[in-house]
Parts: sequence; structure tokens; C-alpha cells
Amino acid sequence: MLNELTIIQAREGLNKKKFTSVELTKACLGRISERNGRINAFITVFEEEALKEAVKADEMIARGKISELTGIPFSVKDAICAKDRRSTGGAKILNNYVPPFDATVIQKIRNQGAVLLGKNNCDAFGHGASNENSMYGPVRNPHDEERVAGGSSGGSAAAVADNMCIFSIAEDTGGSIRQPASFCGVAGLRPSYGRNSRYGIMPMASSLDTAGPIAKTVKDLAIVQKIMAGRDKKDSTTVANDVPDYLKLLSQSIEGMRVGVPEEYFSASSKGGPASGWKGMDKEVRAIIENRIKGLEKMGCEIIDVSLPYTKYASPVYYLIVPSEDSSNLGRLDGIRYGMQAKADNLFEVYTKSRAQGFPEEVKRRIMVGTYALSAGYYDAYYRKAQKVRTLICQDFEKVFKKVDLLVTPTSPFPAFKLGEKKDDVLSMYLADVFVSPAAVAGIPALSVPVEKTKAGLPVGLQVIGPRMFEGKVMQLAYAIEHDN
Amino acid sequence: MSKLSKEKIEQIANLARLELSEEEKKLYAKQLSVIFDYVEVLNEVDTEGVEETCQVTGLEDVLRADEADERDEETKKKLIAQFPDRVGDLLKVKQVFGE
Repeated sequence: MLNELTIIQAREGLNKKKFTSVELTKACLGRISERNGRINAFITVFEEEALKEAVKADEMIARGKISELTGIPFSVKDAICAKDRRSTGGAKILNNYVPPFDATVIQKIRNQGAVLLGKNNCDAFGHGASNENSMYGPVRNPHDEERVAGGSSGGSAAAVADNMCIFSIAEDTGGSIRQPASFCGVAGLRPSYGRNSRYGIMPMASSLDTAGPIAKTVKDLAIVQKIMAGRDKKDSTTVANDVPDYLKLLSQSIEGMRVGVPEEYFSASSKGGPASGWKGMDKEVRAIIENRIKGLEKMGCEIIDVSLPYTKYASPVYYLIVPSEDSSNLGRLDGIRYGMQAKADNLFEVYTKSRAQGFPEEVKRRIMVGTYALSAGYYDAYYRKAQKVRTLICQDFEKVFKKVDLLVTPTSPFPAFKLGEKKDDVLSMYLADVFVSPAAVAGIPALSVPVEKTKAGLPVGLQVIGPRMFEGKVMQLAYAIEHDN
Repeated sequence: MSKLSKEKIEQIANLARLELSEEEKKLYAKQLSVIFDYVEVLNEVDTEGVEETCQVTGLEDVLRADEADERDEETKKKLIAQFPDRVGDLLKVKQVFGE
């Protein structure tokens, strides 16, 4: 089936004229129409437009005007803007919003002639770890439809895992690419903050948000990341560093690489663990990851036990900084210039009612937390304090990367949980991010690569974390792990 | 932290321009207390003399010319088409100053 191909395989088939982009696109659209009613990975599908784009791509290929992604069908998380394509962010307040511009990262991909299939379901504005906070219904995990796909980019991960697209572009603030990738058994990269442009991404926490790819293989991640990366004058936080040839790095040997295993992540109890109330990770997940670490040793890596003593503060820091920046960013959604406007008697009520009707519960909760944390008299105690502890978390990583090249951990302490299982327990849901939020707080690159499945058939992801701007090295190790059978 | 009062929740909701139902007020009073208890653990950390991390890129003074970007007619039309309410090409809003 064509929709099951990777980018590399699809490129080869298109170049050798084994099939056309129209055929490839139809295969993906066919899979979407067969499966989306159940999986709910897409909020909007652009069937007609996608086929037109595929025709154009086939013309480009016929003329020999071929880039890496020409004619390859992809999807985009709904919290990232795509020109002339409905982009809701997972919330009703933007139910009819059609951006007149592309996010820079999407423009770069579309400029190559890639075919945009649709927009992926997500927790509204990226708020969540289960995709149950979408106002368009939860995404089901293709490996077990009674379980969540993870979040917030659950739609992107499920679409890739279920072969509804060849790859997807998503966004990671505190784990929103890596955690759903691990739950769905696909690969996902969070680049260093500043590596890829944030222009056109619906902002959540501006000092943490990153855009990155979700794909079927690490090689595919490397191809897409190379295209997404680079300075953008529309995002003044992007850096001008050269973008390396990531694909070339993948084939280099990992022999002699120093790989750190942070003891806090593997702790069995709250004492010395990664969070208060911690009782250790799932036993099967631990066994799978530990076995993979042994595999790295066999491949010639030096395995070194390390400590990141401030790990347990990363989650509280995250859950102060993110709602604070969130509450400020979401101030722009007030029903005045675009989006849904509620019927109201006066201007104040236009704001309060549009926001009440257009945001789901978790978004409102975060706005409340953030507004409180930033309000007069509390700013120093909460936001400023969190920003200071954040410095100590960054320093933890800086120190450890003097001793080791990379870190490996599980991506999630447990495999995909059941729909509804954690929905009403805010803190237990927040703990789902415990292994992915520290790298996000520090702005460093991290990747989830699928390894074995549990006995119940649920995918487990291994996370590789690297120093700032070393996403190439992160992908290099992940590639070796992916090919260690 | 003791449970947030209903008045406090109403005050925050007012600042955030959010209309909350009575049920939501109760729910958020409970949940915000849980969340702020959870982050209380940060007080264990000695941050005396520690600088805040406001950004992680190390970039400084990213400047650009103060010039407006050209906007084409088509984009302008598309933006105006998004207005929830309008008179011609002008955005229509409710009276700004109350009675």
C-alpha cells in the first residue's frame, strides 16, 4: 500500500515513475476516509485541494523540478497555521478561522511541492497529554482504540502511525511531539528552541514552543528537520547557526559515544525521583529501555550513570511558566478581530462569553492558573521563582553534557493509558510529562524513537536528549537504536 | 495553600475576561488550590543570587528596520473577511465606554 511508505521510499517511487503523487495522495485520502471516523486524527481534510496540489507536484516531477518532498502527502497539527486552510487549534473559538498565511515551517515544506492532506486533531492550543482536551473529540490510539494517542499532537502521531499520511508537522512545548510519538509507535523530534521558526504557530508558551516533525523513521525526521530549520526574520528568537546535513550524520558510527543515564528518571520512589508523589515507572517500560541501554553498550557506547538533581522541580516549573505565558498569549483570542464571537449586550461580555464558549475546560484552567500566577503580589513568588529554578535546571544539563555526549531515558513512564482514565485527575495527567518537560524547560533537543512493544501490544518510546543545537547527534544515536535489532 | 475563595476565583476570572459558571468556579477553586500546592515544592530550592532564565538562545538585541511590510490586496481582503462583524471594510465593535 502506497500510504504505508516512508518519505525515502515514496521519493524513490515517485522519481522512478513507479507511481504518481496523485496515486500516493489518493492512497492516503482513502486511508483517511476509511479510518478517520474511528481514529479522529484529522479535524479537517482538504481532499479536493490536496488532489490539485498532487497534480501540480506530478507536473513538477515531470519537468525534473524535484526537491526532497515534492509530491509527498503530509499533515499538520491544527495549532499551526496553513494558508487558506481552516486552522482551529482544536478550539471552537477558532472554528471558522482560515489563516491568510502559512507558518514559516509549513511554507518551507509547501514550497517544495509537498501535498497538504489536512489538519490534525490536538489538545486545544497544545494543552494536554492525552488529546482529550480537543473540542473536536479525542484521538484514538491506532494500536488500541480504547486508549489515548497522547498529546498534545495526538492527531499527528496517530495519522503517521495509522498510515493516513507520510509524515506530519507538529509542535512541542513540553513533550507534545515526543509523548504522542511514543504512545503511537512513531518517531518525533523536538528541535532546540530557536532552531526552527515559530512564526505562524499558535503561541502557547513563547519561551518553550518549538515546531518539529513526526515521521515513520529517524531518517525521515532528518529529511524534514533539515528543511524546517534555519533563521527566520519573522521570528527574532531563531538562530543563524548553519544547518548541518543531518542525513549524513546518521550513517556515522556511534562507537565511543558517551551516553548518560540520569538516575532520577530511573528512581523507584519519590525520594531522589523525578517528581513528588513518584512511585517509579512501569516495569515493562523499564525492562525494555534497560535492555536497549545494554544494546548501546554492545555497539561500543560508554554508558555513564549521571545525576540531574533538579529534575523533580522541572514539572512544577513547567506548570507555572507555561500557564503564565499561555494566559498572556491567549489574551488575543477575544472574539473581536477573528474567530467566534458570542452574542452579548456589551463589549465586556463579548470578551467573557466568547472565551467561555470557545475554550475547553483545560484552556480555561490554564488561563486561571496563569492569570493568578502573574497577578499583582504573586508574580515574584510564582513566575519569577520558577524562572530562577529554570536556570538551575538548565545548569544541570550544561554540567552533565560536559561528562556525556547524550542522555537516554524512556519518553513516558508508562505506555498509552485508557481514554478517560486520567481525565479528571489534573496532577496525574501533568505527571505524564515528567520525562519530557525537563528538556523543554532547558530548550534543548530531544527525540522519541519507538523500540519494543509491551506484551499488550502497546508501543514504548526511548528518548534521546542532547545539548543545544545538537539535534544531529540526537538523531544519529536514535538511528542506531532504531537499527539495533 | 488553603482553598481559594469564591471571591478570589471571581476576581481572577474577571482579570482574565472569562465568564465562569457556578460549577466551574467550584471546580477551579479546588483544582487551582491543588496546582498551587503542587508547585509549592519550589520553595525548597535556594535561588539566592540565581538569575532568571527568560530565554535560552543567548541572542541579544535582535534588531530590524522599523519598516512596514507590504501587504497585498488579497491578504487584506482575507483578513477583513475574518471579522466577526463589520461595516464595509471597518471592524465593528460594541461601544467601548460604558454608560
